[in-house]
Formats: sequence, C-alpha cells, structure tokens
Amino acid sequence: MSEPLSVPTMAEYLAKGESPEILFWVGCAGSFDDRAKKITKAIVKILNHAHVKFAVLGTEESCTGDPAKRAGNEFLFQMQAMTNINVMNGYEVKRIVTGCPHCFNTLKNEYPALGGSYEVVHHTQLLQELLDSGRIKIEGGSFKGKKITFHDPCYLGRANDVYEAPRSVMINLDAELVEMKRSKVNGLCCGAGGAQMFKEAEKGNKEVNIERSEEALALNPDVIAVGCPFCNTMMTDGVKHFNKEKSVKVLDVAELIAQANDL
Amino acid sequence: MISSIIFILLFSGGAIFFTNNALKVRRNILLGKEIDRKDQFSARLKIMTLVALGQKKMFERPIPAILHLFLYAAFVITQIELIEIVVDGAVGSHRMFRPSLGGFYTFMVSFIEILSVLAFIGTIAFLARRNILKVPRLVKNELNGWPKLDANLILISEIVLICFIFMMNGADEVLYTMGSSHAQNLGDGSLGLSISAHLGPLLFGGMSEHSLHIIERVGWWGHIVMVLGFLNYLPYSKHFHILLAFPNVFYSNLNPKGQFTNMESVTNEVKAIFDPSFVPPPGDSNVTIRFGAKDVIDLSWKQLLDAYSCTECGRCTSACPANITGKLLSPRKIMMDTRDRLMEVGKNMDSNKGEFKDDGKSLLGNYITPEELWACTSCNACVQECPINIDPLSIIMDMRRYVVMEESAAPTELNGVFTNIENNGAPWQFAQADRLNWKND
Ligand code: SF4
Ligand code: SF4
Repeated sequence: MSEPLSVPTMAEYLAKGESPEILFWVGCAGSFDDRAKKITKAIVKILNHAHVKFAVLGTEESCTGDPAKRAGNEFLFQMQAMTNINVMNGYEVKRIVTGCPHCFNTLKNEYPALGGSYEVVHHTQLLQELLDSGRIKIEGGSFKGKKITFHDPCYLGRANDVYEAPRSVMINLDAELVEMKRSKVNGLCCGAGGAQMFKEAEKGNKEVNIERSEEALALNPDVIAVGCPFCNTMMTDGVKHFNKEKSVKVLDVAELIAQANDL
Repeated sequence: MISSIIFILLFSGGAIFFTNNALKVRRNILLGKEIDRKDQFSARLKIMTLVALGQKKMFERPIPAILHLFLYAAFVITQIELIEIVVDGAVGSHRMFRPSLGGFYTFMVSFIEILSVLAFIGTIAFLARRNILKVPRLVKNELNGWPKLDANLILISEIVLICFIFMMNGADEVLYTMGSSHAQNLGDGSLGLSISAHLGPLLFGGMSEHSLHIIERVGWWGHIVMVLGFLNYLPYSKHFHILLAFPNVFYSNLNPKGQFTNMESVTNEVKAIFDPSFVPPPGDSNVTIRFGAKDVIDLSWKQLLDAYSCTECGRCTSACPANITGKLLSPRKIMMDTRDRLMEVGKNMDSNKGEFKDDGKSLLGNYITPEELWACTSCNACVQECPINIDPLSIIMDMRRYVVMEESAAPTELNGVFTNIENNGAPWQFAQADRLNWKND
C-alpha cells in the first residue's frame, strides 16, 4: 500500500530515447469511472511489483470507438481508430495490454484493417504470463478457501475465445472456484455490451444484470470475479439489488491478485 | 411399361419443378451484396465436416441431438435405397440390386429399416416436444401460424413416409415367403430384412396375394411420391436447412466473433479527412452506397443464405439475454423476418419480369422494429448457439448502422455518447486532459 504508483507515459519514454515492453491501454472506464479506476490501479501495482517496463498514453489516449461502433456509428468509430492508430504508430507500439475486454477486442480485431497492427492481450492473459514466468508469485493469501465464481465477459470469452486465462490465474489463489451453470461459451451477458451501458434498457420484464447476479448469488460465493469494468458495474448493481453487498464482493481478477499479494 | 412412363414423368416433373425453385432461391440469395468467403478452403472444409456433417454444435444439448441424429442418419442413408427405387421405377424391375449385391443388399436395407424405426421414435418425440411438452423455445410467439404448421406437417409426413417403407418391405417379405414376390427368387425363403421379416408377417400375414401386392405397391408409390413432395416442399420451409446447412457452414465467418466488419465506404471517407491527397480506389464509386441495411438487398449474400438456412430451432433466442429478460428482440425472428421479406422481394420480381418494383416496404420498419435492434447487447450468444453457424448479430448491427448513419435516429442517450466521444474522446463528459488524473486520486 505504501509505495507510490509508477505510471510512466509513452512521451516520457520517448524523451529518454527508450521504449517500454508494453503499452497499458487504460480505457475510458479505467480512466474516469470511480470503481474502474481501482482496477486500473490494481493492474499498475502488479506491473510495478513485477518490474514490467510499461507505459500509458495518458492524455494522448482516446476512446477506442467501441461504443460508437456497436451503436452503429461506424464513421465515429473509424475517426477514433485512425486518431489512435496515428498516435500509437508514432510511438512504434508493438504490444498492448488492456484493462477492458471491449478495448481488447477492438484494438486486436478491428484496428489492423485500418493500419494499426499490434499484439494485444487482455490483462488476465498478461497476469497468466507473469505468473507462468515467475515474475509474480502468490502465496495463498487472503482468498485461501474462499468461494469464487467467474463471470465471463462476452468480449473476452465468446468474442475472442479466451476462457482459460482468468481461470488459470485464479487457481493460484487457493480458493474454491465454482462455475455458474451458464459459463464459458454459454456465459450470460451482464447486460452492458453493445452500447447498452450508455442507454436505458428496452422494455422487458427483468434487467439482464439482475438475471445474471441471481445466477451468481445462487452459488453463495464470497467473491464474484469479473474481467471487465462494465461487467463490474452491472454485477455490483445486481448484488446491491439483492442486498448482498456486505457478504459478496465483486472484484476484478487483477484486484484479486493484487489483494492476495497485499499490494 | 405404363407404370415406367408414369414414374419417369412424375420423377422428372418433380426434379424440374425443384430445380426451378432452387434456382429462384439462388437468384434471391445473390441479390445480396458481395462478401469474400472463398478464402481458406481447407479450414472451411474442416468446419463443414465438424459442424454440418458431424453436427458438433447440436451435441451441446444431447437429447434433441440424439433424436435429431436418428432423423438425420435415416435421411442420409435412405438416399442409397432411393437409387434402387429410381432404377426399378424407370425400367420396371423389382429390387434390381438384390441378386448382384447379395448379403450386402440385405445388410443395407436392414440398416435403413433400423434407422427408420429410430427416426419414427425421434419424430414422435419431436411432435411431443412441440405439442405436448411445449418446450419453451419451440412455442414462442414468432412461431405462431405457418412456422408451427410447417414444423408439424413435416414431422407428420415423416411418419407417413416411414409407414410407406414398412408397407412396401413388409408386404414384400410375406409375398417372398409365399414365392409370389416380384423380386427375383434366390431360393433363400426370405428377404431377410431386419424389421420387415418380423413386422411383415405380423401385420400382413394371412392376407391374399392380391391384397399384398396392392399394399406393396401403395407403399412403393407412396414412398416415392412423398420423397418428391418433400423435395419440392423444401424451398418453402425451414426444412431447407437439410440441404443449405452444408454450404452455410462452409461459408461461415472464420474471424473472431467479436470482430465486426469495418465498412470500406466509411474508411475511404475517413482516410480522405486525415489525408486530403488520398484518392479512393476506383471501381465502387458508381454504386450508390447506403450506409448499413434497410432492406434485404443491403445485406450480404451470406446473410441471405443464413436466412434461408435457418431451422427455426430457437437455440439462439433461448440463449439471448434480451429475450430471456422479456425484451422484444428474438434473434430467430430476425432470421425469419429476413427470409420472409426476401421471399416477398423474390415474388415481386417474379411477377414483374425479373425486375423489383418498389412496394413501399422494407425489412426495417415493416418486419423488424428499432426497438428490437436496440435491445441487443452484441453478446454473440446467438451466434455461438446456432448449430449451423448463422449470424443474426451481423444483421442487427447492419440495421443499427442504417438507423444511426442514414436516419440519425439513435436513442437520445446514445447521441449524447457520440457527442462526448467526438468532443472529448470518452463516452462521458470528462476532458481528455484529465485522463491520467486517476494516478493521483
Ligand atoms: S448478440 Fe444480441 S441478439 Fe444475439 S443473443 Fe446477444 S443480445 Fe441476443
Ligand atoms: S438462427 Fe440458428 S439457432 Fe437461431 S433459430 Fe435459426 S438455426 Fe436455430
């Protein structure tokens, strides 16, 4: 808790004539949403702890355009994409880690055709890499024996077939990992994707996040683990809806790892 | 002789009628826009083998998968017997292949009989699931009317077809043991068919030779008439999937499901903004471009093939978070609407000498409403679930593009989001200059 965060920017690296191992793409939620900022900090703590040479774009970062694209505004999306690609190509970015599956998907899949080809990983994939290579270690820690269930983000899971990275990271927690009936390929959306996060839901008889939280809570978990700032908001709201926020925590995989290591 | 002529007329008539309709379907599908799905041949062959031929995704739900497998296997294997029926019908022979194939013949027909019994069981179970057990995904609103009737009709004809097969084989078995079958007598006393050798005597034992011949013929003609009828029914029915599932899976989207298409027409405009010296590639400038999809002709041929291939099984809808929580959206309905509208456009062309005459209707508005489109979370559950790799989400997205870019009719909150992204690079009203402030919070 004590050490101040070290968050160098690409511009600072350039000024030193160096380049970082990886660009940390923070994302809009990670930059501005109060809850998501905590996830961002957890990721930075881990990167600092593992001595990963990373940088952020800081004020040069702009929305990837994902919400615009999913809402049908292709023009705005491509404007955003070209702007970001110009910035990143200017810094000769090779590798990117994102704190959000939506940024991950867009940068990885939709930027290449517009001239931005990078190796893009989601933060749970980077965590797995750091654990596998021994750059971070977890000694059981505070989640030992706790019951954890993971909610698959659509844009990490189905959209990009990444199911194992978050799970294999969490195995290191010595916790009891339980699966919801609808998990992995069959995982149920939290309700935020496709720009739903930014609008009222259409008329129906239930909110999607309530349906999903109900399913998660039925397992009586101590923690609902997530890998996306929007899922985090949705599941947190769902848990509150059932007045379970005292006994059930909604935490990002990065927060689990950071907390287990007392970072 | 006369029966050979009747048969040949009937058979070629059926074949010509079907070909004609199939060509119309092909024409309708090709009304769609070009999209490149001809790359990666071996990957496509592989996915077709696994998903279409191997029914891989069906087995996510084992019970209907096994029942469906009975029908599917019976359907595929019976085609072999059909070869003999056609030959017999055309030249007036009876069980033409039996003498030369011997034991193999008995084995094949016996195998088909066993599959037919399994298919019979499967069909009854399917009828029960629809009409008695009322499995939720099989009784949703969008199935009211024709789709429901279509499903039941085909199941009932399946039962009738199987009955014809056993009339034909059963009566022939009894005739053969009496030494009166038209099949060449090999002195073996029985045709040796796995089911009919027992079922035949049970049902038809003791009947006169004359009645038995009639039953046998009714079975034989009934069978071939049902097959031809079924073939010609396909283009009007969800059962077209038994043929189209194969090309449809072959031309699947092989990219990650989260990767949405980048619209090239937009790319050209955006590139020109960033670089005024940019000249768009020649070729597509003479096409009037509409952003996104308003009607079926704005969709790609693959999306239209998807629509014709849809089995209306509702797996997509039963996994759709919007539908589960009572919203209007049903991905199955998106596919059914697309097909209905495409067939309407096709009929319009047929009655106007091949030209489409504006009927003042469109897929968006007359079939699919904006409320349905805006309920989608783009979660890809429908795409994942579909046993034949149909992509309802891509149609939803193309229509959203039309609503937003051509009609500027996005929900108000989303217009706010667009303005924010444009002005300050985030969906919320925070200044880009504050983007790193979290560091010091
Ligand atoms: S992508 Fe849209 S239509 Fe498909 S299942 Fe998800 S919410 Fe439903
Ligand atoms: S789109 Fe696929 S899953 Fe949905 S009803 Fe049609 S065949 Fe079934």
